[in-house]
Amino acid sequence: MSQSKKVTLKTFRFNAETDYLPYYKHYEMEVGKDELVLDLLNRIKWEHDGSFSYRRSCRHGICGACAIKVNGKATLACKQNALELVELFGNELLIEPQSTKRAVKDMIIDKKDFWEKHAAVKPYVVADVEPHPEHETKQSIDEFNNFLDSDLCIQCGACHYSCPALEANSDYLGPAALNAAYRFTVDTRDEAGKERLEITSELGVGIWDCVKCYECAEACPKDINPIEKITKLHNLQFSEGVAKSNVATRHAEGFLRGMKKTGYLDEADIVTYSEGYLGMYKHIGTAIKMMKSGKIHWHSGIPFIDSMPKIKNLDEVQKLIEISQTNKL
Amino acid sequence: MSKQLHYALFTGCTAKQSTPELLSSTLAVADKLGIKITILEEASCCGASHLQDFDEFLSHVLNARNICYAEKLGLTMITICNTCQLNSAMTKHALDNDPKLKARVNEKLAEVGLEYKGTSEVKHFLYTLIDEYGLDNIKDKVTTPLSHLNIAPFYGCHNIRPSELHKDANGGENPYVPTSLDNLIDALEGNPVDYASKNKCCGFHVELQANHTSEVLAGNALVDAIDNNADMMVTPCPLCHLKMDTYQDSIGEVTGRDIELPVLHMPQMVALALGCSEKEIGLNFHVQKATHLHA
Repeated sequence: MSQSKKVTLKTFRFNAETDYLPYYKHYEMEVGKDELVLDLLNRIKWEHDGSFSYRRSCRHGICGACAIKVNGKATLACKQNALELVELFGNELLIEPQSTKRAVKDMIIDKKDFWEKHAAVKPYVVADVEPHPEHETKQSIDEFNNFLDSDLCIQCGACHYSCPALEANSDYLGPAALNAAYRFTVDTRDEAGKERLEITSELGVGIWDCVKCYECAEACPKDINPIEKITKLHNLQFSEGVAKSNVATRHAEGFLRGMKKTGYLDEADIVTYSEGYLGMYKHIGTAIKMMKSGKIHWHSGIPFIDSMPKIKNLDEVQKLIEISQTNKL
Repeated sequence: MSKQLHYALFTGCTAKQSTPELLSSTLAVADKLGIKITILEEASCCGASHLQDFDEFLSHVLNARNICYAEKLGLTMITICNTCQLNSAMTKHALDNDPKLKARVNEKLAEVGLEYKGTSEVKHFLYTLIDEYGLDNIKDKVTTPLSHLNIAPFYGCHNIRPSELHKDANGGENPYVPTSLDNLIDALEGNPVDYASKNKCCGFHVELQANHTSEVLAGNALVDAIDNNADMMVTPCPLCHLKMDTYQDSIGEVTGRDIELPVLHMPQMVALALGCSEKEIGLNFHVQKATHLHA
């Protein structure tokens, strides 16, 4: 990497108290190889415009205050080398708050929705604690490792404001809250696990609204991989017997129905089985279009006619399902 | 090319059912380029990220079994679906890095006479074309340049994220600035459309349980491509294709826009430029009219 580069910062500016609309200002500066994005924010304020506003506190990647977006990439400003981003995006960097629609002043957003969702999953150990305990509540290394990385969350909101499912459905808890739910649910000292699994499995609110885009895994500055924790919450639904039979749980479990019969997912059956016969009416229009274009073959629409393709050595798959399946719906 | 490329093809379920055009165009492209393909007829469904939600261990066992068959042939396993790629690669990564899990999985596989060793790579066809066959070599084979088309590349989440998983084994794209499809379009002399949604989610995976979310996400991407003058969209993932080709009417209702945009599979686009036959390219299988692209 070269020593320094001339960089233009196209910067989001907005003051909710005085501005009707946000606007972008360009700041040019020579950026050195060791400068962090936070240094650039400081330089905008100190060298260009003292009214420029942003959150900052620890400068050690632990308080989560300085999270913003650069060219759409979730960025913890105090942790991110600036020239690395120049390498990635070119000499003009787009500096924006995590969510432009929640902007209060420049980089500062109202994180109310984030904190409400965080609170909704009871992000603390729920237990009857004796006021004068005689011994410690110990954790084994394995028990501790179970939630270790999920405990590293700094509540910066990087994953939350990168999640497209949340953008489309504001009721969804989102990756940060679900990570917190996982962290306390698997804590052996906690007694509210089942309650949390019920909260997080509600359709339209919980884990079943995750779109599996892995944006949260990219966004997290602490490498927590929130979607991995969401998957573990999915698994816990079934292993702890909390899962109710609904369109989402049947959809997950229903893959096995086709696989046992043919080795493949049965595309027609998975829709029928997940939705139930009454729910199928929603899909009739689509099914007709797909039949017209040849996307659904006639044989797969006709019950009792067994003409689906089958994999070779299907008996192996049947046997492996029989001996390896650990969860039930 | 000194040595003929030879791959084991994991077709996935979609290419065997609702998108036969994906399989036929893949085989046609391989044939034109002189790439040898052996279809893994033993391979089962990858679980599509949903079986993983239900039973993670079982999913590892079944995905490991698929890879076993590529290992038996001593070939790289190629995928033509982003989600097949992700689930196979996740199992491979888990087993190759966790000897205890590998032993547990192999204990089950032994019951059907198989053993997972970890000797085969798992790679999406898109990246074998670019990294192993080479864009310059593809360029040499173009008979019908796509210079009349503005093509919006739609990368699909599971080939680019999580980047930690894909970085060594599968293309190694930067998920914020993916380039492979753009470069492929360039090589076929098409005009890549630059638009912000190219690396976003299509919403396919919540089609049933969170339908509104699914329609909004697909709509955002389609409208963004249309507003940037795309004549067609291209994707390496048949699930993105299914979401965005099949549901344009209902997506149009959610977004309040008329949406008419052909969504092609990556191999169909290559097949167009290499002069494959109409039957092989299979544009007639699309719900949104696309046959006019075969000019």
